Amino acid sequence: MTPIDAVASSTYWYLTRSTGAVALLLLTLSLALGIAGVSRFSSPRWPRFVLDSLHRNVSLLALAFLLVHIVTAVLDSFAPISLIDAFVPFAGSYRPFWLGLGAISFDLLLAVTLTSLVRRRLGYGAWRATHWLAYACWPIALLHGLGTGSDVKSAWLLGLSIACLAIVGLAVGVRAIAGWPEHARVRGAALGATAAFALFLVLWLPGGPLGHGWAQRSGTPASLLGHATTHTTSAKAGR
Amino acid sequence: MRLKVNPIACEAHGMCAELLPERIALDEWGYPILDERPLPPELTALAKRAAEACPTFALLIERD
Amino acid sequence: MSTPERAPAGLPRLLAGMPEHGALGLADHRAIHGELPYGTRRERRGAGELVELVEQAGLRGRGGAAFPVARKLRAVTAAAGRTPLGKRPIVLANASEGEPASGKDRLLLESLPHLVLDGGVLAARAVGADELIVCVDESAGAALRSLTRALSERERAGGDGLRIAIQIVPHGYVSGQESALVNLCSGGPAKPTLTPPMPFQRGVRRRPTLINNAETLAQLALIARHGSRWFRALGTPAEPGSGLVTLSGAIAYPGVYEIEQGAPLPALIEAAGGSTSSVRAVLLGGYGGTWVDGVAIPQLALANEQLAAHGASLGAGVVVLLSEQACPVAEVARVTRWLATQSAGQCGPCVHGLDAIAGAIEALAHAAATAGVGERIARWCSLANGRGACRHPDGAVRFITSGLEVFAEEFADHARHGRCEACASAPELPLPDDVALAVAA
Repeated sequence: MTPIDAVASSTYWYLTRSTGAVALLLLTLSLALGIAGVSRFSSPRWPRFVLDSLHRNVSLLALAFLLVHIVTAVLDSFAPISLIDAFVPFAGSYRPFWLGLGAISFDLLLAVTLTSLVRRRLGYGAWRATHWLAYACWPIALLHGLGTGSDVKSAWLLGLSIACLAIVGLAVGVRAIAGWPEHARVRGAALGATAAFALFLVLWLPGGPLGHGWAQRSGTPASLLGHATTHTTSAKAGR
Repeated sequence: MRLKVNPIACEAHGMCAELLPERIALDEWGYPILDERPLPPELTALAKRAAEACPTFALLIERD
Repeated sequence: MSTPERAPAGLPRLLAGMPEHGALGLADHRAIHGELPYGTRRERRGAGELVELVEQAGLRGRGGAAFPVARKLRAVTAAAGRTPLGKRPIVLANASEGEPASGKDRLLLESLPHLVLDGGVLAARAVGADELIVCVDESAGAALRSLTRALSERERAGGDGLRIAIQIVPHGYVSGQESALVNLCSGGPAKPTLTPPMPFQRGVRRRPTLINNAETLAQLALIARHGSRWFRALGTPAEPGSGLVTLSGAIAYPGVYEIEQGAPLPALIEAAGGSTSSVRAVLLGGYGGTWVDGVAIPQLALANEQLAAHGASLGAGVVVLLSEQACPVAEVARVTRWLATQSAGQCGPCVHGLDAIAGAIEALAHAAATAGVGERIARWCSLANGRGACRHPDGAVRFITSGLEVFAEEFADHARHGRCEACASAPELPLPDDVALAVAA
């Protein structure tokens, strides 16, 4: 690789990781805002229409960052990721399972966004039903970030992931508890699912992405395994 | 053009009253009380925005 | 196709040949009224002629809205002509009769089903429909059995050339509302929907739908046989013909009576054996109708035109006499609470408004109301009125407002002193059995 290729390549690498992280954060905020909306939260400073507008705009922004994240991942020559891998899960050669989760999450977000753009034509019932997919989209995106990202062990990504988990946990918790015991079954299920997910992460992370040899265990192609350390070291050296 | 509400779809979210207080007030249960007079041109854009903001598509704009 | 020799002069018309028990069979029905006109191929082309006839007769709907029937028939025919692929219209015969104090439609189905079916078939032919659905309340067992028997009779006699089905309507005050019936027959719940589109434009399974009350169809069956001039021989110019009225309450012989439209109410009371005690007030039009003070009864005539001067209407032909022995406050409170429970629960102003009013009236009845309750009730009435998808809250508000006016004295008395002796007596206004009596507690 020439120095220019190396620089260009690491630019894409930086971009894909950073935009991915921002997309996750925005997706988290969007979820929290959406939950605030359905909880009918409002205050004099934050009327309903503002929170609703914010929710829509943050979601679109998340999608924008996600698109950059995908394009830069494809353009980056280090990992063999093609554009198809962004839409079709588990078909790629780079960490197929964890990348595939990203594809699923992207597909779900596309479904939610596109149906929202045409919701008048779709009708309220169909739109509401598809919008629930957002609750599936978020945890899958988080898992994708933890499984695919090579920065998982770094404080910033781990901290961000935990912060996102905390935000969603808080939002779901408040929503599920307010108005108890109406719809107790659904509320209980929501709380249970969130708690179970958090517990899963606590149990899995240390032995998984934070554990030894994750790059190999997660499906990084053998040809890249040796380079992984050099690439990050040269990137760090370049700073 | 006039405002109309679908009372079955309406779930008293109240965004319409926030966006068009000139023509929409809320009763004590949070449901909209509409001023049914024709909309003047200066309120048309706001009315359309209010109808678009309604989460359940309950606010409608009727053309006479 | 008129059979003048069979055309009844005067009354009874609909109730002619009314059997003591059971239903009038097909053969007897034909013997009394003659064959069903517009039955042969040649006559079937006279569908437009039938609509003309109905228009000249000036027949108005008997389900409560008193809408001109010819206009409805024309609207459905026109809508059917406009649909792409020429969707055939469908006819609903509404005998669901959710009004507790009304029994005429049930009576027609139980005893004179062929008259209603004749009317339904004729209406179907008039609008080019290929399907007739008769809507019956789930609790009307006798009516259902009679209807089923009548349908097999007709089938054995060769059928009417169209599909006739029965739709069971779940018990409920608003279940028989037009859009609720359309909703139910299209596979949904028996709850009103937002109109427009009106049923005549897009109704059951998106087809133009004609909905007529059972009595309206029975009248149609006779007009088709005897003509418009015969029909107009009774009644007033604006409201011609005869009508069925359900008379109940403080009356010697409560039941369904056939009257000449415009007949004086005192004449009906006399024909029904007279009132069993002095009458405090009369409720006209049902629980969505209006109270009128008893002293006005001598001036009341059974025609909407005349009753309008008292702010009232006959509705689906419902007249209830409230005796002096009853407690009007307890009665109004009880029915108001029932009306609140009968809301379909779809529209906030109706659900919250009627509940709030019912609570306030109950509090008034127990002298537990706080100051300004009159203003609060008035405000809630104006908030509930006209802000629902159907006219249920409007009717309830009319019932409540007229009750508060007519019984102002008794309400003031209760507000000050609470329950009176009459509160404990058995209620006079009929409600379906499954209702809890809030004030009796």
